[in-house]
Amino acid sequence: MSTQLDPRVYALQTRDISKHFGAVKAIDQLTMSILREWLTCIVGPNGSGKSTLINLLSGMLPLDGGLVIIDNVGLRVVKAHETPDHGITRTFQEVRLFDQISVLDNIMVVLTDRRLLPSLLERTKPRHKEEAQRILRSVGMWEKRDAMAQDLSYGQRKLLEIGRAMAMDVDIYLFDEPFAGLFPRMLEQVKTILKEMRDQKRSIVFVSHNMDIVRELADHLFVLDSGTLLAAGEVDEVLSRANVIDAYLGN
Amino acid sequence: MAMATGALRGLRELRRDPGSWWRSSRGNIELWANLIVIGWAVTFMLWRGGGYAITVGSVFAIWAILAVSLNLVVGYTGLLSVGHIGFFGIGAYAMAVLTSGASYEQLRTEAIPTFGWPFFAALPVSVILAGLVALVVGVAFNRFRDDIYVLVSFGFAVIAYTTFLSWRSMTRGAFGIHEIARPAIGAWILEGELEFLALLLVFLALVALIAWFIVTSSFGRVLTAIREDEQAIEVFGYRATDYKLAIWVISAMMAGLAGALLASWSTFIDPNSFVLLESILLVSIVILGGLASIWGSLLGAMAFVMLEEGMRFIPFLPSEFIGQIRQVILGLLLVLLMLFRPQGLVGRFKL
Repeated sequence: MSTQLDPRVYALQTRDISKHFGAVKAIDQLTMSILREWLTCIVGPNGSGKSTLINLLSGMLPLDGGLVIIDNVGLRVVKAHETPDHGITRTFQEVRLFDQISVLDNIMVVLTDRRLLPSLLERTKPRHKEEAQRILRSVGMWEKRDAMAQDLSYGQRKLLEIGRAMAMDVDIYLFDEPFAGLFPRMLEQVKTILKEMRDQKRSIVFVSHNMDIVRELADHLFVLDSGTLLAAGEVDEVLSRANVIDAYLGN
Repeated sequence: MAMATGALRGLRELRRDPGSWWRSSRGNIELWANLIVIGWAVTFMLWRGGGYAITVGSVFAIWAILAVSLNLVVGYTGLLSVGHIGFFGIGAYAMAVLTSGASYEQLRTEAIPTFGWPFFAALPVSVILAGLVALVVGVAFNRFRDDIYVLVSFGFAVIAYTTFLSWRSMTRGAFGIHEIARPAIGAWILEGELEFLALLLVFLALVALIAWFIVTSSFGRVLTAIREDEQAIEVFGYRATDYKLAIWVISAMMAGLAGALLASWSTFIDPNSFVLLESILLVSIVILGGLASIWGSLLGAMAFVMLEEGMRFIPFLPSEFIGQIRQVILGLLLVLLMLFRPQGLVGRFKL
């Protein structure tokens, strides 16, 4: 369906990207187009390459081949520290916060100046603190601002990580299993956050195993299997395809 | 008024339950660490008198500059370097070679180039030289992390020591360099120990202030994030390698400063001051005091110097064993500390 669309509607595209670990083809010649301002979900069995894909798009793993196209620019090499310039940020499957610094500083650190010398001369700015406060309130973590990130509960850590991504204020968000292991109340909280972000015209890609959430949230669905694209399209239609049911959902 | 009522309430509480004060403050290890170390130092200096206090104070100041500088790398950025003594030595040798008097030259068994520079001309050169070496070394080190980092920094310490020992046409090897200049401001030469202590404390204050300025800036926050997760901070748009290199060079320059000060203070240096063991002691001071705490490094340096000095006065201890015993006790203390208080005396972070 997406091939007829104007390229400006894509947040991000990949062309034949590959990533091999020895003989294992984690991602094999994968071509996909992620639509702008949509909630895109990636599903697939364990080991199908979902996290590898996110790692490739965020520059945490080097591409073995292919192109990542952002804003009509094809990239053979995606550098991690340049991804914010391309408008990309992410969360991690296993939460990766800056554990031994405060919750507030975990947000502050992504708001401050990226350049070496200016950051040395920069003290805490009210503007950054206000922004951090707004973010922490929106994920319900303001009261915990002085706690160390490592002292938070699992769910709170998950939320703080999403908050940190929100603080980046970019166009494309890659969320690797944002719902995994959350209690229902926090699950609802994360769902609301994702919906609000879509309403604010952000493009969101998330990985999930929870089919109820996928059906409820996703506008567009990709199914990966063994590093290749098994199916792509509208959620209910894709989930009813025979090969998807065979490969992933079982009976 | 509020304070008075508070104190009154505290007193009433104390009369009802005399153990309460003890219990509440016993938990506050930081307070006790401060009280004991500073109290010990003050008592000792009062007991031993002024001249002693000046010498101990000078030794403390040099260790403290080193500890603060290393804490920037180990405590804040999470790079466990055991090679810091190399930069200390580079600073010291630069000062020694540049300022050592030419008149003494003919008496020496081994000649080295003499420049006879004044202290304040040689000081910036020593600092910059340490920084330049750190820049080269740092570029190579930047690809390493964690345990490998310990190993390569260990290698650097060994290379530095061997260079001091073997580059005899520049360092006179094991003979050491004599007649290193004392600082002079105009006609006023800081020959007196008290004047030199004042100078050392000024530089210590300067280094502590710079360190404080760094760690409270946005730059400092990024350093702590690098310590926690270097890969993750890259994704948020920071080039971690640049930050690591910058703090490494700054830290090495501070260590070079400490070395230059040591050379001028003692007016004689030889490679023995820059052996690997001293580097390990330095790391111990930083961990003992508290990682990622500037005050902790000052306190750690003080505790270390007092420990060393205190053992001189143990009556039944033969003086020739003091050096070894000092290391045994320090090692023991470190093991106990890591077991019961891994964040150090006043620190908040664990390696």
